[in-house]
Amino acid sequence: MGYPHPSHPKETVVLSKYFGDAGARTFDGWVQRGGYEGLRKALGMSREAIIEEVKASGLRGRGGAGFPTGLKWSFMPKDVVKPHYLVCNADESEPGTFKDREIMRWTPHALIEGCAIAAYAIGAERCYIYIRGEFTEPLKIMTAAVAEAYANGALGASAFRSGRRIEIVLHRGAGAYICGEETAMMNSLEGKRGNPRIKPPFPAAAGLFGMPTTINNVETLAAVPHILMRGADWHKSLCLGNPKSTGTKLISICGHVARPGNYEVTMGTPLKDILYEMAGGPRPGRTFKAIIPGGSSVPIMTRQEAEEALFDYEGIVAKGSMLGSAGMIVMDDTTDMVYQICRLARFYAHESCAQCTQCREGTAWTTRILERILAGKGKQSDFQLLLDLSENMTGKTICVLSDSCAAPVVSGIQKFRSEFEAYMAGSREPAMAAV
Amino acid sequence: MADELVNVTIEGAQVAVPKGTTIIEAAKQAGVLIPHYCYHPSLPSPAVCRMCLVEVEKAPKLAPACVTAVAEGQVVHVNSENAKKARESVLEFLLINHPLDCPICDQAGECELQDYVFQEGRSGTRYKEYAKRYNPVEDFGPDILYVPNRCILCTRCVRFMEDVAESPLLNVSERGDRAFIGIAESQRLDHPWAGNVVDLCPVGSLLSKDFLHKARAWDLDKAASVCPGCSQGCNVTIDTRDDVVVRIRPRPNLEINRHFICDHGRMNYRWMNRGDRVEAPLVREAGRHVASDWDTALDRLGQMLRGASGSAVILASGRASTESLGLVRRLFDRFEVTSAVQVPLGEEAPLPGIPGLALRRERAPNVMGAQMLGYSTDWSQALRAAATASVVLVLDAELTAVEEAALAGAAGLIVVLGTVAHDALRHAALVLPVTTMAEENGTYVNRDHRIQRFHQARSQPGMARPAWWVAGEVLAGPGPDGDAPSTAEEAFRLLGRHWQVFGGTSYADIGFTGRMLSGAPTGAAR
Repeated sequence: MGYPHPSHPKETVVLSKYFGDAGARTFDGWVQRGGYEGLRKALGMSREAIIEEVKASGLRGRGGAGFPTGLKWSFMPKDVVKPHYLVCNADESEPGTFKDREIMRWTPHALIEGCAIAAYAIGAERCYIYIRGEFTEPLKIMTAAVAEAYANGALGASAFRSGRRIEIVLHRGAGAYICGEETAMMNSLEGKRGNPRIKPPFPAAAGLFGMPTTINNVETLAAVPHILMRGADWHKSLCLGNPKSTGTKLISICGHVARPGNYEVTMGTPLKDILYEMAGGPRPGRTFKAIIPGGSSVPIMTRQEAEEALFDYEGIVAKGSMLGSAGMIVMDDTTDMVYQICRLARFYAHESCAQCTQCREGTAWTTRILERILAGKGKQSDFQLLLDLSENMTGKTICVLSDSCAAPVVSGIQKFRSEFEAYMAGSREPAMAAV
Repeated sequence: MADELVNVTIEGAQVAVPKGTTIIEAAKQAGVLIPHYCYHPSLPSPAVCRMCLVEVEKAPKLAPACVTAVAEGQVVHVNSENAKKARESVLEFLLINHPLDCPICDQAGECELQDYVFQEGRSGTRYKEYAKRYNPVEDFGPDILYVPNRCILCTRCVRFMEDVAESPLLNVSERGDRAFIGIAESQRLDHPWAGNVVDLCPVGSLLSKDFLHKARAWDLDKAASVCPGCSQGCNVTIDTRDDVVVRIRPRPNLEINRHFICDHGRMNYRWMNRGDRVEAPLVREAGRHVASDWDTALDRLGQMLRGASGSAVILASGRASTESLGLVRRLFDRFEVTSAVQVPLGEEAPLPGIPGLALRRERAPNVMGAQMLGYSTDWSQALRAAATASVVLVLDAELTAVEEAALAGAAGLIVVLGTVAHDALRHAALVLPVTTMAEENGTYVNRDHRIQRFHQARSQPGMARPAWWVAGEVLAGPGPDGDAPSTAEEAFRLLGRHWQVFGGTSYADIGFTGRMLSGAPTGAAR
């Protein structure tokens, strides 16, 4: 179907097949569309077999890091007699990303089914779905769907009478970006301040409430039932480029395109096709200037880099950025890059949890420098200062929020230096008042 | 159980440390101090200040030394270019919002920010165009001020209250560079151990009101001592400025108080500075006291004791040293002695995170030492006995008005070895000026049978001498005699001859952290 516009012929519609189809939201509607067969099948399999199948499928984490899902599951201890937990990361706080929201809005049972399979596979009896605080509608839909799943026996003390207890608890976040970071999310679930934790210990060893925990993204989990039903080979075959990137990927495109929205493509699809054909290219009379391909935390790509890139984990890295969450922010030639980079930096400065020195002070300082440049008070030496700060903020902190602030600054200076210089030289009107 | 040892090389020095040791602790073994702020050996490590990042060969990124465990064969560089650059950048970030008001900051001179910036920070700032973050000073508690502008958010205070005091009153409020240390709404930082946050604060952000603007750190003299506040025996440092005690701070002893002391002990120093001291031996002549010299006074005391017999009573302060209690008691070897130490009682206040550590009910430091020397704690029985004793010796005990009145009617001779002039002295045949524990060397035995030394922190007023010296001179008799102890160590050695429990120990054995007396049960704080 497609939402908010019909699916494009070049899309590979798996997860988004029922986007826009309100009938898929109910338990019965989902079953009619082939739902819960994956869970029934999984419950008849051994835990190891499920993990092997997911490993073989090549599925990688869709939240941003791209870590192989089956491998992550296999880290869960087998012989530890402690509660195991599955946490579904539905915080989707990455700017420019809105794919998980649509999964939860239209196909809540796809997520529930995926959670149930994953919980069973890792030996967890309980799954927490941590839903972003602002997602009021998805929360309402998920709440109803979870209730229905319990009522129909898919969840509970004996899921589909398998003898396996699988419970899902919905937890609503309170609006902090950092709570999308997996260890901060665990702290938040425990009722603590959402500060990222030091690793090690890794969640599989000591995660939520100190117990072995696996954290997966919504899209990752929603893909699992399809892998079980159609097989690992089918999933592996969904690959046009690098065999390390398989399956389909939901893309959220926002910004200066004719048709913003969610699209689903096979890994390896040329990014050019996505931008120009599916999203309809730039607005009339405009050309693209820059694309942030994976949510705001990844380096900015120029139009040329984007047009040459293949859309998969390796393809985007080859062009100097990262696939991330595949939340694409597209900017055309009307965009003031300095302003946009400053806006991103201000976001990170606002959302820094304040634990690590480099992040707490560096994000705010970076923002102030960019604001000063925008106010027409920039100096040539600011380039070196910004790059130096960015280097000091990269790879030195507990989580990567500070790295995420540095990435667009560094790539922005590299690729759009002339726009900074225009402010410095006074040839561009100050975009904001001096601070 | 023998710990498995791991061999590591830190700054070129090879050390073998138990498995699980962090790099920062292993580095101490190698003689290398890795700069740090949030790490503290008595608190859980959050690894947030990022100051202790070190280069570990073959590791992809710099590693926080405070939470990274050593691994066999690991090679650690603390002063590599990368590590130094990382530290320099942390210092730069910490300073951009720091007011640099060192000239008016109490912490200056003992500030870890000042020290490390001086050691390896940038010489100039690159944060020029902007105002610094500003938050007003907060009144956190009875003795604690929070100066948020100086705060580097290391969260030691938050973790102390949460994990050690188990009273989570403090938090990190707000996010990003707006963050500050917050206190739970309508709460006060009045936990009996709260003062430790002032010591834990590596900068001048948490301040003691008591010490506020009292002295510059570099003007302080320090003496290793033992807290006289209760029977726990926490190790402390007595800080003096120009011979005046201005502050008591904890001195680390992992066996007793780790890095903490209670607020009662912290504030219990004003008596050390009292001005109303007895400064010369006072001999009673024709109904009034006359200032005298020591030779006369000691002769007089010797005569008095030789001339008396029967029963004697010693009323001793609980703060008296083992040496003084012991030698004073030996003065009465010929007598039938009733001796007691004064033990004020209070509420017990434990520090939950450190098992075995509490402000004890017995608010006297040497109760156990006194008991080992034969003193009882039955004060009222001793007072009753004083009424009929032929000699009553008051060793710096603080007597209530009722007790003084009772003593005034006593039949026998009254000899006072005292520090301050109070009414009871009026009836004394002899008043001899003695030093307080802050003015002498000596030992205390804590409730767990640990004997610990304390060192002289300020000079004695006037002619005051340690009570052991007075007793030692009298015991040795008139004329030149090599047997009178001239140091506390010699006095202690004398104790060993008469009380077996002290026999096997010397001052050198006791050292700075004390020693369990042999045969005494162990069971001190972990």
